[in-house]
Amino acid sequence: MRLSEADSHALAGAPAPTYLEDGTTVMSWLNTRDHKRVAVLFLFSVIFFFFIGGVFALLLRFKLLQPGPFFVDAISYNRLFTLHGVVMIFLFLIPAIPSAFGNFVLPLMIGARDVAFPRINLLSWYLYWIGAVIAIWAMVHGGADTGWTFYTPYSSTSPTQVAPILLGAFILGFSSILTGLNFIVTVHTLRAPGLSWMRMPLFVWGLYATSIIQILATPVLGITLLVVTVERIGGFGLFDPARGGDPVLFQHMFWFYSHPAVYIMVLPAMGVISECVCAFSRKNPFGYRAIAFSSIGIAFVGFFTWGHHLFVAGQSTFIGGAFGILSMFVGIFTAIKVFNWVGTLYRGAISFKTPFAYICGFLYFLVFGGMTGIALATTSLDIHWHDTYFIVAHFHFIMVGASVMAFLAGLHYWFPKMFGRTYSEGWGLVAASLIILGFNATFVPQFLLGNFGMPRRYYQYPEHFQALNVASTAGATLLGFGFIIILIYLAIALRYGERSVPNPWGSKGFEWMTASPPPTHNFDEIPTITQMPHDYRTHEPPGVIRVA
Amino acid sequence: MNEFLRRLLFLPDQASTFARDLDQLHFFVIITTFVMSTAVGLTAIVFFVRYRRRSETQTTPHIEVPPWMEALFISVPLSLFVFWFFLGYREFVRQQTPPADSMDVYVMAKKWMWKFAYPDGPNAVNVLRVPAGRNVRLLMTSRDVIHSFYVPEFRVKMDVLPGRYTQAWFNAVSPGRYQILCAEFCGAGHSIMRGEVIALKPQEFEDWLAYQHRGVVATQDGAPTELDFAPPLGNLVDQGRRIAAEQGCLKCHSTDGTRHIGPTWLDLYHRRERLTDGSTVEADEAYLTQSMMDPAFRVVEGFQPVMPSFQGKLAGPEVAALLEYIKSLQSDAVRTGPSEGPAYAPVRGR
Amino acid sequence: MGIPEGIIGHHFSSLARQNEAMRLGMWLFLATEILLFAGLFTGYAVYRFEFPLAFADGSRHLNLAAGTVNTVVLITSSFTVALAIHFARTDRPRAAAVCLVLTILMALAFLGIKAIEYTEHFHERALPGKFYAFKEVPIPGAAMFYSLYFLMTGLHGLHVVIGMSVLTWILWRTLQGRYSSRYYTGLELGGLYWHLVDLIWIFLYPLLYLI
Repeated sequence: MRLSEADSHALAGAPAPTYLEDGTTVMSWLNTRDHKRVAVLFLFSVIFFFFIGGVFALLLRFKLLQPGPFFVDAISYNRLFTLHGVVMIFLFLIPAIPSAFGNFVLPLMIGARDVAFPRINLLSWYLYWIGAVIAIWAMVHGGADTGWTFYTPYSSTSPTQVAPILLGAFILGFSSILTGLNFIVTVHTLRAPGLSWMRMPLFVWGLYATSIIQILATPVLGITLLVVTVERIGGFGLFDPARGGDPVLFQHMFWFYSHPAVYIMVLPAMGVISECVCAFSRKNPFGYRAIAFSSIGIAFVGFFTWGHHLFVAGQSTFIGGAFGILSMFVGIFTAIKVFNWVGTLYRGAISFKTPFAYICGFLYFLVFGGMTGIALATTSLDIHWHDTYFIVAHFHFIMVGASVMAFLAGLHYWFPKMFGRTYSEGWGLVAASLIILGFNATFVPQFLLGNFGMPRRYYQYPEHFQALNVASTAGATLLGFGFIIILIYLAIALRYGERSVPNPWGSKGFEWMTASPPPTHNFDEIPTITQMPHDYRTHEPPGVIRVA
Repeated sequence: MNEFLRRLLFLPDQASTFARDLDQLHFFVIITTFVMSTAVGLTAIVFFVRYRRRSETQTTPHIEVPPWMEALFISVPLSLFVFWFFLGYREFVRQQTPPADSMDVYVMAKKWMWKFAYPDGPNAVNVLRVPAGRNVRLLMTSRDVIHSFYVPEFRVKMDVLPGRYTQAWFNAVSPGRYQILCAEFCGAGHSIMRGEVIALKPQEFEDWLAYQHRGVVATQDGAPTELDFAPPLGNLVDQGRRIAAEQGCLKCHSTDGTRHIGPTWLDLYHRRERLTDGSTVEADEAYLTQSMMDPAFRVVEGFQPVMPSFQGKLAGPEVAALLEYIKSLQSDAVRTGPSEGPAYAPVRGR
Repeated sequence: MGIPEGIIGHHFSSLARQNEAMRLGMWLFLATEILLFAGLFTGYAVYRFEFPLAFADGSRHLNLAAGTVNTVVLITSSFTVALAIHFARTDRPRAAAVCLVLTILMALAFLGIKAIEYTEHFHERALPGKFYAFKEVPIPGAAMFYSLYFLMTGLHGLHVVIGMSVLTWILWRTLQGRYSSRYYTGLELGGLYWHLVDLIWIFLYPLLYLI
């Protein structure tokens, strides 16, 4: 076995190179076993697709400035919103925090040298790109126009490139499953000595709960999409009433995955926020067990709520009620977390840095987005709101307002850890403000549009909806600017930013036990962990932290 | 107060009996949410200021949530959420359960239009005329993909599925015009698949119906709108009679009581039939429809299971027309008035 | 699944840990496979409830003999793969290799019998969905039965092929002498996968052929 550069350096007595320097050829990146490099590969990939999905969104919102036909035709518009959803969900939201940050930080947080299956980790990234390329191929050839929810019989009969998008999503599902599998095995088998379950950092709990969902829910999506593909190609008719099939069965099977999927998107986000709240208020979590177990609670109960997407789909009234009350229960876990995060601030030492600005945004959006979810779960209120812009605003509050804010919080928190550089704090706060403002301006009008009665996926709309649509588009533009500003200053920081100290935030997170950026092998010696996580009773200088 | 909140929240007019009650729940939920969220938010802001970092070497005490507080964190939201759920579910059951005295209208959705048919009245395209103040039940099916019948001002919405009937009901409080929007994505014309509910004063509605029977489209608010372009096609019973002849039903089923290859249709509706397996069934819409689609499943005693299946051969509205025709075949005098509808027992009977 | 010397990955503290990880990983993966098929079993349950007569009738028209033989073949192949693991664990790689060969041959036999069945269906025009034209079972729901039959056995067949490939690779490594009493985890995992393939068939067989 050839010695890596790191080992050669070590042998020569020099300090170990960071994981970024350890091999500078393209192949050393494309053939890496290092979880940190896989994480960086994912990070750039998901950011790339975030911008593509964002472009689709801006095109949509531009069209919606006018109530009548304008800018694009109806079919193109339908393709645009379908692709916006598919790209944002499958190519950004599902993988982003676990694969970009989880991959980097999880082994460091548990004192391991890597994830359990490094090569499968890399395979996960390749599968991501294979799925992405197939989806891009489909997009270039017109894409699908079914909406990302692919309801039958429209999706089994639509004359657009549905099958490749389904295939792409299927492969992306595998990528997601493998990441989840890797994380579960890593947490079970690679924890450093002394790291019991109740000493694990809260982000690890969040990732663990996410991974459970990834493993159990994603295959059901896989088979559902496979059956739709087979329907399109072979006319099998499982969802086609003309052949005895039931279109509502598709909805049940689809949402059996897609509802837990939203928890795949939000649980890691909540984990990031737990880390950042503790780090930036320099305080132990108010209720460690509550936050840890509520993640598991969400993962479990979340599997039993899918029917709340079918309240007016022809489902029985009784079952609708059952799903409604279960959806209420799943909301309790989030409430527990919110109270505990706010409680963590009590008698803390709060530093209002950029990640903290995103925490504020996150809390605000999660509470309002979550409460609109509770309102929807009352069943009768959903009758008016289902398939209107109210729903669109609700899920964007959670998926963008919560998940993306958390992604940005994590990005700004771990940027020094991953790249060893600092970014401009001033621009960070400016961008955060723009994003929070722009987000409100984009999506609050959409709640009102939903109340007003505007259905979603509408190319043309009755004129009385125009004012709110214009307001929403203006907000979206502001939001877009915010993201572009982030891209710019972080790119500059990557190249020209001041070198960072090992622990610029004075955080007690276990990932700060090693240099920033870390060497390939993470730790010179695997630490023995005797401390509780997030313990700020003592001050930590900005060097590497001690946990024993 | 109701009006102020309604306008503030951009809610449309409360044009149905259901809308006003629903909006009350909406206001309750949203006001409580705002109050509680503001409380939480203000607490957080107070903490931001009071507990801001004062020095780089500052440490903090280890504080854990006392169990009673955690119990509060759980019990307060839980009670509120469950309370809202019960209020909401009560309304939901009410909205899902058409009252027994509802007047029926058959709705057929297809890309990208709405067709309406009255049991003993005309057909219409995209315009649904109903009497105000009357319970109206919609029996809906789709010709092709899933659509959804949505009238924002009534707060009524129900998906319309191919191969199945779904139902919804409303009671328009006062005369007026209310927009129908399709609320389930169905392709290029989804956003222009619109219609109108025109609620007429009861007497005007009767007048309109009467004129329809004579084949003329013209009354006060029955003035044609730009959406109203279909000529009346005759009523469902006539259509049913025509379809029965065309599809060959009358080769095996008589309409005058004589026993033939299949049971006679005279007085068939709601007749108690004994089946070959010994059980009895009441011949309601569900049984009659099943007999057309899967005839071998429940065969009347004394007859051979030779009836072919009409699945795929009869569209939803054609089945509806046949049902109305069968219902009209009563041995006493000609039946007038709206159809009785299937023997559904409403949940919690209202 | 590394080379006999230096099997342990640099990030594992011991071989025992690594074995534990590999086993857990494989069990988790098997869970995903079960959930994949669960979707189809759900579809089967729903449509069996809708069309009980058609499903019963369709089931009667399947080749029961072929299905039974296939079941015996698969169960025996699970036995031989378990034997292979036993032989590897007791340092008899040659016997292990023979057992693996037997397993693979039986997998091939399974596929062969399935191919014969499919050909029969094709001739009878008992095909899925829109191609269905099987005169002997003309009632509604029969096409649905055959759609599900082909989907379920087709997906299962695909997994038989995957399992066979995995076993072939494991056979090759056995012949290279990589498995011994010290380390046989790779072989064990391949065997586990094969057991799953067998288990799925054990559920498919009664649902499709017997009831």
